[in-house]
Amino acid sequence: MPGLGATYGRGGATGFQQDLVNADCIVIEGSNMAECHPVGFQWVMEAKARGAKVIHIDPRFTRTSAVADTHVPLRAGTDIAFLGGLISYVLDNELDFRDYVLAYTNASSLVGEDFVDTEDLGGLFSGWDDESKSYDKTSWQFEGAHEPSATGTDEIDPPAPEPGKVDPQPATDPTLQHPRSVYQVMKRHFARYTPQMVADICGIEPEVFLDVARAVTANSNRERTTAWVYSVGWTHHTVGVQYIRTAGILQALLGNMGRPGGGILALRGHASIQGSTDIPTLYNLLPGYLPMPHAGEHATLDEYCKVGDQMVGFWGGTRAYMVSLLKAWFGDAATAENDYCFDLVPKINGDHGSYRQVADMIQGKIPGYFLVGENPAVGHANGKMQRLGLANLDWLVVRDLQMIESATFWKTAPEIETGELVTEDIGTEVFFMPAATHTEKEGTFTNTQRVLQWHRQAIEPPGDARSDLWFYFHLGRILRDRLRDSTDPRDAGLQALTWDYPTHGPLVEPSAEAVLREINGTGPDGKTLGSYTELKDDGTTTAGCWIYTGVYADEVNQSDRRKPGREQNWVAGEWGWAWPANRRTLYNRASADPEGKPWSERKAYVWWDEGAQRWTGHDVPDFEATKPPSYRPEPGAKGPAGISGADAFIMQNDGKAWLYAPSGLADGPLPTHYEPDESPVPNLLYRQQANPGREVIEAAWNRSNPPTSDVYPYAFTTYRLTEHHTAGGMSRTLPYLSELQPEFFVEVSPQLAVERGLENGGWATLVSARTAIEARVLVTERMRPLKLGGGKVVHQIGIPYHWGEQGISTGDSGNDLFGVVMDPNVHIQESKVATCDIQPGRRPRGPALVDFVESYRQRAGVKSGRVPVGGRSPVEETNMTGEGGPQADTTQSAPDHIAEGTS
Amino acid sequence: MDPVKTWLDSWPVFRQLTGPDPLGRGHAARSKKTEGITSRTATADRVVQSVCPYCAVGCGQRVFVKDEQIVQIEGDPDSPISRGRLCPKGSASKQLVTSPSRVTTVKYRRPHGSEWEDLALDEAMEMIADRVLAAREKGWQEFDGDQRVNRTMGLASLGGATLDNEENYLMKKLYSAMGAIQIENQARI
Repeated sequence: MPGLGATYGRGGATGFQQDLVNADCIVIEGSNMAECHPVGFQWVMEAKARGAKVIHIDPRFTRTSAVADTHVPLRAGTDIAFLGGLISYVLDNELDFRDYVLAYTNASSLVGEDFVDTEDLGGLFSGWDDESKSYDKTSWQFEGAHEPSATGTDEIDPPAPEPGKVDPQPATDPTLQHPRSVYQVMKRHFARYTPQMVADICGIEPEVFLDVARAVTANSNRERTTAWVYSVGWTHHTVGVQYIRTAGILQALLGNMGRPGGGILALRGHASIQGSTDIPTLYNLLPGYLPMPHAGEHATLDEYCKVGDQMVGFWGGTRAYMVSLLKAWFGDAATAENDYCFDLVPKINGDHGSYRQVADMIQGKIPGYFLVGENPAVGHANGKMQRLGLANLDWLVVRDLQMIESATFWKTAPEIETGELVTEDIGTEVFFMPAATHTEKEGTFTNTQRVLQWHRQAIEPPGDARSDLWFYFHLGRILRDRLRDSTDPRDAGLQALTWDYPTHGPLVEPSAEAVLREINGTGPDGKTLGSYTELKDDGTTTAGCWIYTGVYADEVNQSDRRKPGREQNWVAGEWGWAWPANRRTLYNRASADPEGKPWSERKAYVWWDEGAQRWTGHDVPDFEATKPPSYRPEPGAKGPAGISGADAFIMQNDGKAWLYAPSGLADGPLPTHYEPDESPVPNLLYRQQANPGREVIEAAWNRSNPPTSDVYPYAFTTYRLTEHHTAGGMSRTLPYLSELQPEFFVEVSPQLAVERGLENGGWATLVSARTAIEARVLVTERMRPLKLGGGKVVHQIGIPYHWGEQGISTGDSGNDLFGVVMDPNVHIQESKVATCDIQPGRRPRGPALVDFVESYRQRAGVKSGRVPVGGRSPVEETNMTGEGGPQADTTQSAPDHIAEGTS
Repeated sequence: MDPVKTWLDSWPVFRQLTGPDPLGRGHAARSKKTEGITSRTATADRVVQSVCPYCAVGCGQRVFVKDEQIVQIEGDPDSPISRGRLCPKGSASKQLVTSPSRVTTVKYRRPHGSEWEDLALDEAMEMIADRVLAAREKGWQEFDGDQRVNRTMGLASLGGATLDNEENYLMKKLYSAMGAIQIENQARI
């Protein structure tokens, strides 16, 4: 469970947007909140009006920077160096919130003797295997941790709650002086992340770094809190998970978690990104971050549950959550005798993620594809790879509102013009199925702060437009009809499926409320449950998504609660419903000290009421309501009973926030600065240039620019505009928005404009090893050249990525410049930084474009990128995680930060 | 009514000097034409509370409906998250739902075809069901090596993150039951 999950236990924003008003300092990093989440930004401005300091750390000067107290224009891809510098500053000066750190983090745990740090191995941790390009994590464990054993607390692909071998009560040194204590290990690990080193890597002045360090530490203590806000500026990197980890460590050290005005607010970019991982349409997850069963380890339900069964904390309920899910799906067919139909759930055994799928599509290995409100031909990295994939399917179903590029690729793709694709040769059969808008259907979105909000239906959809609920319900009905009499065992899953949702209206629309009710789950009496703590592992309860249990408590659609904000406190617990259990700030037990008293009156949030013998406060306590602070578990206690009354991180096996993560991450127990895959400069800290575990797909349609290449000398980053939405299907088709931002452009500094002869308002051609695109030039001081250590100057180019060839406003697609290279934890692509060249003028057209890009590759020493007509070049090499090895980490890569993306 | 008074009242400066709007930024500055206009929000048949479908802030929307058509979408002041505000995209969302370029009938491109063709919705559903079963069959794996996997590799799906939770739930449930595992979402991208 990467990022936030590995550190704190759950993969979601830890607080809520309105609570930013309580912050004394807000750091917005890897996000342009003012332009990308403008309405949420009102809370930042309100905090500022109340006296909070606002810091914006981002390569570009934006409207967020314009109203911040400080803007730090760091080089794209260097956030771990910056944040690591902050951690080093905190540790060196002992500015951590020591009482909090001792009580709620694993700072005092002792790391085993076998662990060797990156400082001693040139940028690798102990356990690196160069052949499999992955780590054996045995040496990362805590002292005295169990060795892998038959009882299952081992390393190999445990379920989502990866406890590793973390003992609930590991060996500790509360003085934090032991050289192998996490505190000291971290101190050594980050020792060289000095202000000067940070300045040299990031391209800023040491004094700017120190300003931030002073502001953050001065505003993080008993009386004050600092909030961190991030977005895809962090997630879209080959070390994206470790970006979030670094912030997670820092915020835990500063004691800002679980407290008002603190926390880490992940800003998702789509209406229901959070919901799409909570109830995942993701290959490696089942609803509620339960892992998809893995063929190697989960042949039976018992094997699936064996790690959860051993766990302390609320992942100890894994069996109850899973059995309740199987009961929701398979109803009466699921019995104790048949393992609750566990065998009917298909098994994964590797990386089956989106980019892997597309690579297989290009080879003709996947006949059928559904695109449901998604436009990868524009919105995903390496658009050419995406389009070649679409062109090698048997059939494609596109469900959308407008005619998008991914539906029309067979006649409008750029590759048609270059001759790499020929319309008449493309065998893909395409069904465009018109979709209903949010006003034409009802259901819930889960917003960026984990709040489910019901949107009511206003009118019926026009013509053949239908909700996706309608489409999947009726597709399932037809399939089940066809297979009703089948005796083939492979059809048993569809036959047993509970699929009797009530329908209504002229369109025979299934009831979204009935589906939400199934998601919530029911008890033995058939009535809806109020909390996941009521779930049982004996088949008497159901729950389609255990973390959402409670959203239909008391047979009421709690997500449709709309008590006006002005009639509630700022937590607004009666507006919609938040997972888990309507808690608006996670880990809020940590807002009180171990004895249950608020750390300060100013920051009181949830506390122990001695008289009433229960937790109380402004929010729903993220803790068992009547467990007193004095409670201590019996030795060997499992599940929630194993969590002490003085622990705050109730999903973790030891109840602590993990500064050091002995398991759960593919690329290291501590974050380490690596350069992006395509970087203009060498790594100043280590021999190891880039994340050693990053996933690559080597093929003619996915060539990489070599690092520090003179042929591709400039860094670029992509971003969104306020007036457009992702791949443009919902914005470039609208007259208002197309008029506000009519044309594709790129931002360059005046210095770069001079260096390359670019004119403001003129054309520029941008070239990578993938392709070349053209855009209008915007010369602006918002982009500034960065001077790095040794005097090296790096130019950065800003590229909004919304355009494609369809809609009212059209243009080349910025994402076509990117290749696909991925983070090893979550298989998310590095699409916030890469390199390119920029030249004045328009790009070549037709086959000349292919020759032009090839000539660049030749000059840079990159292998040929020419593909045959139709695009079916083979994959030459790949190290994608889970490529058959038992080290596969795919089953627990619960993507907290799987956030929105380029699209 | 006194014609002189009526005449004087038509003069904005007079209204500003004598009325309750001395700064002339409200009623005093309003023309007769403006007075005669009624907003679409006032004449709507009903108002439906909704949520903005763009980013994840989750702004509340009020959808105004007249004669079963959406005539306006505004921010919902009740929302404690957005307090009535909408950004340029949210403010433009009436165009999103009433856009004349929306495709509202099924379109079909046959293999190797060069143009879209029309297709009835029911027929399209049956054709898609045929293809799902065939692709499922083609990609079926009982075992991968010596590991029992019980799945199909013949199908893939990629969902956007503007799907409702209920929709994602049915997708995951149906795909899993048919053995399809290559199910992905914008959330990973």
